[in-house]
Amino acid sequence: MRALFELASKSKDVVLITGDLGFGLFEDFAQQFPNQFINIGIAEQNMIGVASGLALEGKVVFVYSIGNFPTLRCLEQIRNDACYHKLNINIMCMGAGFSYGALGMSHHATEDIAIMRALPEMTVISPSTEEEAYFATINMAKYKGVCYLRLDKSKVKNSQGLVTDFEIGKGSILKDGTDYTIIACGGITEEALSAAHILDQKGIGCKVISMHTIKPIDKSLIKKCAEDTKGVITLEEGNITGGLGSAVLEIFSELNVFPKKIKRLGIHDNYISIVGSQEYLRDAVGISKKFIVDSILEWDES
Amino acid sequence: METIDTDELARRIRIHAVKMVNKGGSPHIGSVLSMVDILAVLYGNIMNYKAKEPKWNDRDRFILSKGHAGAGVYAVLAECGFFDVKELDKHYKNGLIFSGHVSHKGIPGVEFYTGALGHGLPVAAGIALRAKLDDLDYRVFTILGDGELDEGSNWEAFMFSAHRNLNNLCVIIDRNNLQSMDTIENTLALEPLAEKIKSFGWHVQELDGHSHVALKDALIKSYKKPLCIIANTVKGKGVSYMENSIEWHYKTPKYSQFEQAIRELEK
Repeated sequence: MRALFELASKSKDVVLITGDLGFGLFEDFAQQFPNQFINIGIAEQNMIGVASGLALEGKVVFVYSIGNFPTLRCLEQIRNDACYHKLNINIMCMGAGFSYGALGMSHHATEDIAIMRALPEMTVISPSTEEEAYFATINMAKYKGVCYLRLDKSKVKNSQGLVTDFEIGKGSILKDGTDYTIIACGGITEEALSAAHILDQKGIGCKVISMHTIKPIDKSLIKKCAEDTKGVITLEEGNITGGLGSAVLEIFSELNVFPKKIKRLGIHDNYISIVGSQEYLRDAVGISKKFIVDSILEWDES
Repeated sequence: METIDTDELARRIRIHAVKMVNKGGSPHIGSVLSMVDILAVLYGNIMNYKAKEPKWNDRDRFILSKGHAGAGVYAVLAECGFFDVKELDKHYKNGLIFSGHVSHKGIPGVEFYTGALGHGLPVAAGIALRAKLDDLDYRVFTILGDGELDEGSNWEAFMFSAHRNLNNLCVIIDRNNLQSMDTIENTLALEPLAEKIKSFGWHVQELDGHSHVALKDALIKSYKKPLCIIANTVKGKGVSYMENSIEWHYKTPKYSQFEQAIRELEK
């Protein structure tokens, strides 16, 4: 929100549209910038269409909704209207993965990375920390083309202090280590950091990468991880098909550089019907810290 | 702006369009012919634009939402000086840019690519909203097919445009009563259409979509609400064997059929 306030006060061409979500979040913005705020109602196709019309005319548009509403509900508008016309539209989605776990599968944003990533002219960002979310928002405003910002109520703090060199398309090393690498994105990076600390105590050093930009992805960092460490685990709170893990594997294959060990942690191509908090569901589908620790211990023993 | 003979303009667009689909072997000629008179009046009499400066800030904006009738837009733009009419020969040619569904890429005067139905009106509403936010005077025109109204996104945009009082927005519904497989009323009934759109908060006017006088009269005025013109049209208008026929949504006129079409249009 801080980023949106800064952007809107700098330029009257910054417009924020919400699909009737964000109660308690947008009131101050709406009051301060009445001509730059639209609650467009529960109508996502129209939301992206109107955003496209505004962006065609030079506006820098942010649209906001939750779960799968600002992506899957209006996918063709995003593809044809926004991406094909290379418009400056920034889709902000609250509710990455199981953020709204107990609300049920309609609210699990678990295929969004894969689907958004498949669109040409689309940038996909899943910040791991609050700082990354802030800088991503600021940078998206001037970044060409359509951006998808996948948000959750991340508690992760960057162990190296405040991010100062955030750049779209450049992963950040949140924790260094020389034995193995965990590449993660989104709030679930906290599980990667916890796992790395547990492994530290066992004498195994893990590098933790926040691969906040899944597209365009940081190829040189991925290459370096493959070359410098003995194995790479990818971790995402989303479906294993086509997500962050797939994106990383694509780069291994494109560059023909493979780590000795590779494992992808994610949801195994199914919908989750049980009720649970975010933590509970991470555990239930095998993407919490203990699964990372177990995988790396298994590698280390072999 | 110079006065343009819109009857002559319409006649030329029809001939171009029939030649284009004949050369390109392309479909959708019936959909083009039904809206030609609307295009001729918009570009001939109503819209402000500078053909040699297609991105002129104060221009009126036009979006074809029924993108499959793109040949008509290319033809009217060429006739109105946006580019050379010889370019129309490139329609549907391998490796070139004049796609069947109206494309903006590299083609001066086309504001927006459409092809999937139900996309044009929300975008037009966004463009109209921008004029309101920035206190600009341009108008936004968009042509929708009647079959296209099956798409729910249009009705989201009808609600939105009235709610935001976008009285600089004008929708013209090309009401030819046919969609892909059958009549509109047999497929998914729209009637009472005028009442529906009125009840969404629009100013609605029904007229003969081939009457240039009626079109000019309705389009020239300004209104307090967003304007929706239900233009009653004949699919395939101007070529006797194409009129009111679903098959000319798909077929390409060839040989004697092509010659007959040109003869009828050149009369």
